[in-house]
This record gives sequence, structure tokens and C-alpha cells, in this order.
Amino acid sequence: MFGYYLDLAWHSLKRSPVLTALMVLAIGLGIGASMTMMTVLHVLTDDPMPGRSSQLFTPHLDPLPLNYKQGDDSPDAADNVTWPDAMALLKAHRAERQAAMAGGTLLVRPARADLRPFNVDGRFATADFFAMFGLTFEFGEAWSAVNDAARAHVVVLSDTLHRKLFGNGSGIGQDVRLGDHDFRVIGVSADWQPKPLFYADPGAQHYSDADQFFIPLSAAVDLKLSTNGNQSGWGKNNDSTSLTGATMTWLQFWVQLDSPAQVQAYRQFLVDYSAQQKALGRFERPSTDAKLYTLMDWLNHENLVPNDVRLQLWLALGFLFVCMVNIVALLLAKFLRRSSEISVRRALGARRRDIFLQLGIESALIGVAGGMLGIVIAQIGLWSVRHRPDDYAQLAQMDIPMLLGTLALAIVASVVAGLLPAWRACRVQPALQLKTS
Amino acid sequence: MEIRPIFASLRKHRIPAILIVLEIALACAVLCNAVFMIGKRVADIQIPNAIDEKGLSVVVLNGTDPKLAASDTPRNLAALRSIAGVQSVGVASTLPLSRNNWGWSFGIKSDAAMTDKNTFGVSLYFLGTGADQALGLQLKQGRFFNADEYADSTLGGSALPSTHVVLVTESLARQLWPGKSALGQSIYSKPNYYTVVGVVADVVRPQASVHSTQRSYASTFYPLQPDSSLGYYILRSAPQDRARIVREAEQKLGEINPAAVAKGQTFDDIRDKYFADMSSMAWMLVLVCVVMLAVTAFGIVGLTSFWVAQRRRQIGIRRAVGATRGDILSYFRTENFLLTGMGVVLGMALAFGINVYLMQHYEMDRMPWYYLPGSAVALWLLGQLAVLGPALRAAAVPPVVATRSV
Repeated sequence: MFGYYLDLAWHSLKRSPVLTALMVLAIGLGIGASMTMMTVLHVLTDDPMPGRSSQLFTPHLDPLPLNYKQGDDSPDAADNVTWPDAMALLKAHRAERQAAMAGGTLLVRPARADLRPFNVDGRFATADFFAMFGLTFEFGEAWSAVNDAARAHVVVLSDTLHRKLFGNGSGIGQDVRLGDHDFRVIGVSADWQPKPLFYADPGAQHYSDADQFFIPLSAAVDLKLSTNGNQSGWGKNNDSTSLTGATMTWLQFWVQLDSPAQVQAYRQFLVDYSAQQKALGRFERPSTDAKLYTLMDWLNHENLVPNDVRLQLWLALGFLFVCMVNIVALLLAKFLRRSSEISVRRALGARRRDIFLQLGIESALIGVAGGMLGIVIAQIGLWSVRHRPDDYAQLAQMDIPMLLGTLALAIVASVVAGLLPAWRACRVQPALQLKTS
Repeated sequence: MEIRPIFASLRKHRIPAILIVLEIALACAVLCNAVFMIGKRVADIQIPNAIDEKGLSVVVLNGTDPKLAASDTPRNLAALRSIAGVQSVGVASTLPLSRNNWGWSFGIKSDAAMTDKNTFGVSLYFLGTGADQALGLQLKQGRFFNADEYADSTLGGSALPSTHVVLVTESLARQLWPGKSALGQSIYSKPNYYTVVGVVADVVRPQASVHSTQRSYASTFYPLQPDSSLGYYILRSAPQDRARIVREAEQKLGEINPAAVAKGQTFDDIRDKYFADMSSMAWMLVLVCVVMLAVTAFGIVGLTSFWVAQRRRQIGIRRAVGATRGDILSYFRTENFLLTGMGVVLGMALAFGINVYLMQHYEMDRMPWYYLPGSAVALWLLGQLAVLGPALRAAAVPPVVATRSV
């Protein structure tokens, strides 16, 4: 029976090509616009570290004085960590792995005469950074805690920067001039760009920034290299802007915890640490303010998805709804025009259920065609998003689940849209229709 | 035109009538809010800025040796001044809309500290000699800095300059000292204080505030002797010379500072870049509106055509008993007018509701009332346009149809 209904639906759609085209176009546009925005939202809220994210946590201490005034347009000053707190957490070594870090932009002065100096973004970090986040090395290796303690002038380059500076040769053991200082290359990491760059400062461009070099944090502070991101201080003196001071937050801190028991213990450790700092008179806020965020919770807390994207998704869904109402109207017109045909079938013994099924299949067929068109339109939409200046632009790609989701949404939407018209059409009075025609 | 028969007939076609009303209502609600958002963004993009935007070229110099700033800066300025067509040059720490913001909080009482609750967040612009003129700052009261003030002001690694003079914008002066003259007043952040010597027309901060235009003008200006933090070289010229001047200036600064990076652009580029994602969002909203209106119009055409086809016999009878083509035409147009009217009333309520929701969740402003009747009129026109085709076809039905059996 299904094949027969499909055949009937095909014939019926062919009979009024303009109306059919209009319906397919409407559902295609609605689905295309919605899926474009859903895909953007999907990639923006994706897990940046699949398989690893459940073990990564960031502690949140609150060293701010009680009367601290948060900036109107700047992020929460307590989102970052002060130098003494970061060092204390590092030294306590209560997690499987732990690292403090901050972003920085340095001027590279290449030895090659054919290259002008250029700026690159990178990270000042402590030794566990590499093992904790699982960076892979093409050549050489990461530095160790010993290098951290010695404030060693060493650097790990990304593959891209390494190639740019040394061509296909190896730069291991050679010096690179960054800013006004020489750093010895000890390792080359495969290109590394989690999306979003979850460990970056709240002010960073999380979806487009990538780290091209890594330098020990201790060396960076020692050399007073300038850091990116927010530095929020509350000291009363002019020296409150000192990087190692206790009254300025600017560092990010991440830990790896492998079991729920470890997580529990670390949480307690943070509260204890805050209580101890409060007893010393450094912290003023309750020690229970200390929190431990999982990676995904942290991304949620940072609210990285631009409001514009959510707004556009609502707009696209509103548009889809307009298209669906439109299709309901057109299907109703189409089905009611066939009242006499339906009456003949009813008179010959078809049950209402059969008519309903037949018309439902016709709606679904429109949905399939609309879904196909929707995929094409969504690809065009995503292509145009990729050409937009937003920092997430190049991420806008559709994966297989989204592709299938598009088709499913189109079919569901058109079948739902077909319900009312089909119900209305199978209630026509056969006797009356047959008599008048 | 008698309306009663139209209502009587609509009651018979309840579902299609409700659908048209619903469609119009939804379109009206989305249209109102989308157009409002477009308007808001266009206004943001065009935020006024009292510098000579159309005459400015900028070269950002990065990576110079701080120790040589005292000798390098005048040399760089001299080199730029020698470019043909350049009227004045200057150097500053940052520019409006450059996103390179240096912010601080000041109070208006002498014991104010930066982190006190009742302080004002402002952006700091450090100006080298001649930058006021190169930018084209418009003085409203008081004076610009004098040569001594430029020469005596140093930064020396701290966050605030050692000078005690400041220029503020008109908006900021009004906010800090409402109803008073700002000249001679001081702003404080222990242990620094700065006395206002001049008030300039509103200059936007390096990072405009998304919340209010007022806050976008919280800019303050300080004199500074040559310093490595002054990296924005500003060249003022006739607008048509800018492309060439940017090119030449970038090349020249690159040559005499081989260890540094020089990047040139016009101020228009800075503004365009700053607002690029906002304008792309505005264009996307426009596209959605246009497509949605088209879909709505086609929906009305489709439904009305079906309606007309269904009522061919009735139309024939009406024509046979004396109705003119004009009567039939106006019948369908009035019917559409009534349906659109109901849709629009529903839509305006819906639009208002959406606006209230967006205000709570997305920092949206309240929609001015005239957006509602505005989009109502737009949809009425759209409805009339969409119904014209099917109505004309209905009017063309000959009276003889009435006598035929279908």
C-alpha cells in the first residue's frame, strides 16, 4: 500500500508543479535558515577536548575585597587567579597534574633576512601544561619543572611557526628572538587549537586564537614580558600592578583530576585553602565561595556563545514557524481541492485512516524534497557565515549528525504541517461532494 | 462596501481564514523586532565621533626599543611630516574604536581610590605633542596642553602619567559635574589627581559600550612626552590622499625602524573593522525579513487563489445578478484587508511580547511605539499586493459560469 500511496502522492504533486515548488521552497528556506544557525550554535557549544574534558577542572578562588567594584564592561575579576595563589596551588600539588598560564603576544625577529618581524600569540605556562592538555610533539620535548624553577629561556614552537622560521630544517637547539630576548627551541608541538580555547582569558577571541609558542611562566614574569588579557587589581598603591603582587588577578589555572574521589578531595582543599587565607587576613569573602568548575561548566559560566548567535537562532526558528503556517495553508488548499477525488475513494470503501495515511505520505514527500533543498540552503548559509568577520566564522561546518538532523527536521516539520489539512480533508462528506460535482 | 457578507463567508472558511491571520500575525511580530534590531545596529555603527575621521591615516608601530623612544619618536614624526600632502602628524597611545583600551576609575572627591564603589570608569588617551591637532579634536571650553605640560609628563612604567592636567569630553563633563563648568575641577585616584584644563567634543572610547551611548564617550586625554607606549602615528590629510599616504607612511616607518612592525590603515578601516560583525548581522536580518515577507506574500497568493477557484460559481452568480468587475475586485480586497487587519492586531501584541522577552534576556532596548503601526502598514500593503493577482482573476470570471454546471 505504501508504494501505491507514494505513487499517488508523486502524481498529485506533479499535477500542480507551481504549488508544489512553492511548498518545497518554503520548507527549504525555513529549514535551511534554522539549520544554519543550529549548526553554528552546535559547533560553538561543542566539547573542545573530547575524551579529556571530564578530567579537566579549573579552581575558582575569590580573593577580591568585599567592597571591590566590578567594571561595567569587563569580565569578573575573580575569573582569574593571582600569582601567590597560583604558586600556592602549584606547590601543594594536590591534583594529578596542574598548571598556571597566561596568554602573551610577542614580536618574533626572525634570523632569516627575507622575513620581516611579526607578532605571534602564545602562552606562558608551567611544565604540566603539555601533559595535562595532551599536546603531541613533532620534535624534541616539553620543558620540566626544573626549567620552571630555573626560569629557563626555552621555548616550544608550534609546527606552523617552526616551519615559518626554519623551513623544513630542524630548529631544535637553536635560538629564536622573541621580543628582546633569545629563547632556545627545545620542542616543536603539532599545531594546537582547541575550539574554543577554553583556558584563555575571558577577554580572548576564543574561537580564532591559537597558541604558536610556549614559554615557561617563570621566565616570562622574570623578563616582564607583556601579557594579554585582563589584569584586575585592587591594591591601594601604585605597585598594585606588579605581576607577582597579591592584589591583582591575571593568571589561569587548570588541574587534572582522574576520579570522583580526587575531585571531592580537591574541592575540600580549595575551601581549606581559602579558609586559611581568610584566617591570615588576605581573603575577605567566605571560604565556601571557592569553587571547582568542570571544563564544560566553565565554558557555560564564561558564556562564550555570542548573544547574537542565540538571537539569530530564535529569529530563524520564528522564520521556520512562519514557513510552516504557510505550508499548512497551502496543503489545506491543495487537499480540499481534491475533495471529489477523496470522496470517490471513500465511496469505494477507503477508510478515513487510509485517506489520512495517503495525504500524510504526500506531506512527507514534500518534506523530503524540502529537506534536500534545506541542506543546500544551509550549506550556502554556512558558507556565508564562514565569510563573516566573527571570530567563530571558520568553524561553521556541518557534520553528519547535523546533516541527518536537517533531513529529519524537514520531514517532521512537513508531516506536522500536513496533519491539520489531512484531518480536515478526510472529513469531507462523500455523498455531498459526489452529488455536487 | 457591505462587510457583513464577507464575514458570513469567512465563517464558512474558518480554517483558511485563521491561517492567513496567523501568518500575518507571525510575520508582523518577527518583522517589528527584526527591523528594530536593524535600526539599533545601524545607529550603533554610525555613532558620532568628534575627530576628523575622513582625513586620518594611521600607522601602528610595534616593537620599538623603549630606551630610544625619546630620540626615535621625533625622528619618526619628522619622517612622516615630509610625506607630500600631510597636513599634520602626531602620536597617541590608542585611537577610538581600536579596541586597544586602557581603562581606569576616577572619583571626584580628593580621597577617591580606584576600586571605590562610586568612581567612574573612563578610557585613557595619552597624546604626544601635536596629536590634538592631528586628530582634529574640537575644543569646546578651556585650552589644549602647552609645550611644558607635554615635556613634563612621564609614565615611567606606572599605569598613570605624572602630569596633573586632563582633557575630558562634553558628555563625561556633564556626567561628572552636572550643571557646573568642568574647567578647574579635578578627578582623583589616590595618589594621582588631574585637573580639567579643557573640554572637547565627544570622542568615542577605544571600545564603545554596548549598553549606552553616554558611556561610549567616557574618554579622557593626557599629555605625555615621547614614550614607547605611544605607538599610534596619526597623519591628517585631504581625504583623497589617504590611500597613498598610508602606503608611504607604512613603508617609511618600516625602513627607519627595521626591528619593529609598522602597520598602516585609514581611520575608515578601523571603524569598518570595529563594526564588521555588527553590519554583517544587520545584513542577515535584512535578508531574513525580505525572504519572510516573500514567503508570506506567496502564502496569501496561494490561499486566495484556492479560494477564488472554489468560489467560481458563486462569483459567476453574483456577476449574473448585476455585480460589476469592480465589485468582485473590491470584495476580495476588502476581505484581505479585514484578515490582515486582524492579523496585524494580533501581531502587534505578539511583537510587543517578544520585545519584552528579549529585553529581559538579551539586553535589548524597549521598542519605540511607532515600529508597531509602521510594520502594520507594511503588511497591509503586502497583503493588498498579494491579493491583487487572484482578485483580478476572480473579477475576470464571466457571468456565464453561473449557468453552467461545473
